[in-house]
Amino acid sequence: MFPGIVRSSSRHLPCRRSLMTVRDALNSAIDEEMAADPKVFVMGEEVGEYQGAYKVTKGLLQKYGPDRVLDTPITEAGFTGIGVGAAFQGLKPIVEFMTFNFAMQAIDHIINSAAKTYYMSGGQIAVPIVFRGPNGAAAGVGAQHSQCFAAWYGSCPGLKVVTPYSAEDARGLLKAAIRDPDPVVFLENELLYGENFPVSSQVRDPNFTLPIGKAKVEREGTDVTITAFSKMVGFALKAADELAKDGIKAEVINLRSIRPLDRETINASVRKTYRLVAVEEGWPQHGVCAEVCASVQEETFDYLDAPIERISGADIPMPYAANLERLALPQIEDIVRAAKRACYRSK
Amino acid sequence: MLDFPGAKAAFTSRMEFISPNAAEAVPCFRILDDLGRALDGSDIPEIDSSLAVKMYHTMVRLQTFDSIFYEAQRQGRISFYLTNIGEEALNVASAAALTKDDVVFPQYREHGVLMWRGFTLDEFANQCFSNEDGHGKGRQMPIHYGSEKLNYFTISSPIATQLPHAVGAAYGLKMDRKNACAVTYFGDGGSSEGDFHAACNFAAVLEAPVLFVCRNNGYAISTPACEQYKGKHAIQLLAGRGYGMTSIRVDGNDALAVFKAVSAARKLAVEQSKPVLIEAMTYRVGHHSTSDDSTKYRSGEEIAHWRSVRDPVLRFRRWLESNAWWSVEDEKELRGAARKEVISAMNQAEKKNKPPLSELFTDVYDTLPRNLLEQEATLRDTVSKNPPSLAPH
Repeated sequence: MFPGIVRSSSRHLPCRRSLMTVRDALNSAIDEEMAADPKVFVMGEEVGEYQGAYKVTKGLLQKYGPDRVLDTPITEAGFTGIGVGAAFQGLKPIVEFMTFNFAMQAIDHIINSAAKTYYMSGGQIAVPIVFRGPNGAAAGVGAQHSQCFAAWYGSCPGLKVVTPYSAEDARGLLKAAIRDPDPVVFLENELLYGENFPVSSQVRDPNFTLPIGKAKVEREGTDVTITAFSKMVGFALKAADELAKDGIKAEVINLRSIRPLDRETINASVRKTYRLVAVEEGWPQHGVCAEVCASVQEETFDYLDAPIERISGADIPMPYAANLERLALPQIEDIVRAAKRACYRSK
Repeated sequence: MLDFPGAKAAFTSRMEFISPNAAEAVPCFRILDDLGRALDGSDIPEIDSSLAVKMYHTMVRLQTFDSIFYEAQRQGRISFYLTNIGEEALNVASAAALTKDDVVFPQYREHGVLMWRGFTLDEFANQCFSNEDGHGKGRQMPIHYGSEKLNYFTISSPIATQLPHAVGAAYGLKMDRKNACAVTYFGDGGSSEGDFHAACNFAAVLEAPVLFVCRNNGYAISTPACEQYKGKHAIQLLAGRGYGMTSIRVDGNDALAVFKAVSAARKLAVEQSKPVLIEAMTYRVGHHSTSDDSTKYRSGEEIAHWRSVRDPVLRFRRWLESNAWWSVEDEKELRGAARKEVISAMNQAEKKNKPPLSELFTDVYDTLPRNLLEQEATLRDTVSKNPPSLAPH
């Protein structure tokens, strides 16, 4: 053996699945869609020269120039209104919010200008716009940077709302969102940007898309259904590992889409397991889980063997101190306990 | 004269569009030159040695706190920090020109104003470490200070929302006939926000006693001022002549000029119940925050130049020395003492406990509603039955 030469047998195996971060998945999706369609452009604070506040738009200004990657002044209401106007005129803007918390300054344009216009114009004015950015809790960023907006946007007819978890979700759903003629709210998660996921060559294909409105069964099981979206999918999968040690086989559903919500997949799963734990990071009242519960109660009541469990964030503005923040958010243990309660294994 | 409801103006038979670059840029008021020497013809404001030295002490303490706490974040001792470097004179001199009854609505780069008013180093440190003694009960990110006692509204992250708040508060002060005004600070970036326009317009219409202090420091994270707005007057003419407010542009790195301008503006606001805009030109020497590396969008030479040659604290110090109010020995003593005090405050704050569980559910509403009492009971039950990893401390 010569020093410096490393022999690795794995290098000789065909590599059909490789790793990709969620950030790279989003970046490559935007890049490919911009290359394919000259009407697609990106706008937001810090998206150009700074390469994106979270580097999701890295390299795009250099590649497509300032006409298609617009650094905006600080006015969410302003640039969102401008983006919607561009969409009315037939362009396909991707509007980035540094966080969806700041999009509240623009929510009038998202709801009243984007969501409702196609309907109000009698089908004459389409709004093919994507609003994207980090949503929900990060780590130690306090109340005004931690709110989850899935339930608010999810209740609005005229909008589509998607919540990717993995790199595959990020690529497929963002490409679908950009191609979609309807306005799409694309809720990412800051803590997932750097996470690596295995992706197949099919996912890397420039024409790969995922249907908006279809959930994914991430893990099959027979004893209890756990629904989750975004970062909580990872927690649900870990909870399923824990439950398996106690002989409880949990089925984990990654919702992927909040509006339209894939009621068929959720209900089909509960018809198999008879028990449901619905998980989200956001606030409990009028949350996404409330809608999941209502749907299952309406369509699959006769199959339920136990009351539905809901796990959500605490009903308070997010505190900053690390210990308080941890207490305010769902943890893996909370999901495990809820699943056991649903299985009558504990109180 | 034509008298439309919208405006009274003389008429003209010549069609002439007004170029945005027609007039000269609004000049910038200063008293001291870059080396801290009073310019010829300057009218030095009335500041005695004890006031001047107190101002200098505060600037140095602020600079010291910023540098030590920035490093603390780099070392992982706190999760976030944001400095005022380059804007110490603007912070302290403007604060010194106000009274304690004037109500301050900050953006987030005005810690010096709070420090001047009497927020202690311990209080600053407790908030940054979000311990049980922090005024914010562990609810806010570092540097989001506030003090009801010191009339300094708690910092809130969204940009420029404090501007209409300040106008509303000023209106309240006017209704209550208080001998006080509202003072609000914002950056060049904040002037792009819708809230800025609404606030300026309403302040003038309502005749509210409010000072708008724009810290035009050249950058909004990476966006330079030339991309934030067009027109060399932008903030000035827009807020000033555009919205009907008295305004002035001042050298924000000249403590004496800032003190004099803010004193005069305050008098105008309180006595005549009018809003006043003060555009203070300065430079953001530090990065936007610990989440930013500004060398990515500006040169190291530019930063170094403003940090050293154009340091407002040094400039003020030179003026103090020229009056024989400060010496090299004083400097050495102050820098040493400030460093010791800040480090001591930091170490003490770091050791304290985090806030207790009992503060998780309070202050959401005026009185604890039933659902939160139930949630607290459930949580306490869960915590008592489960491993220490969930314990509040």
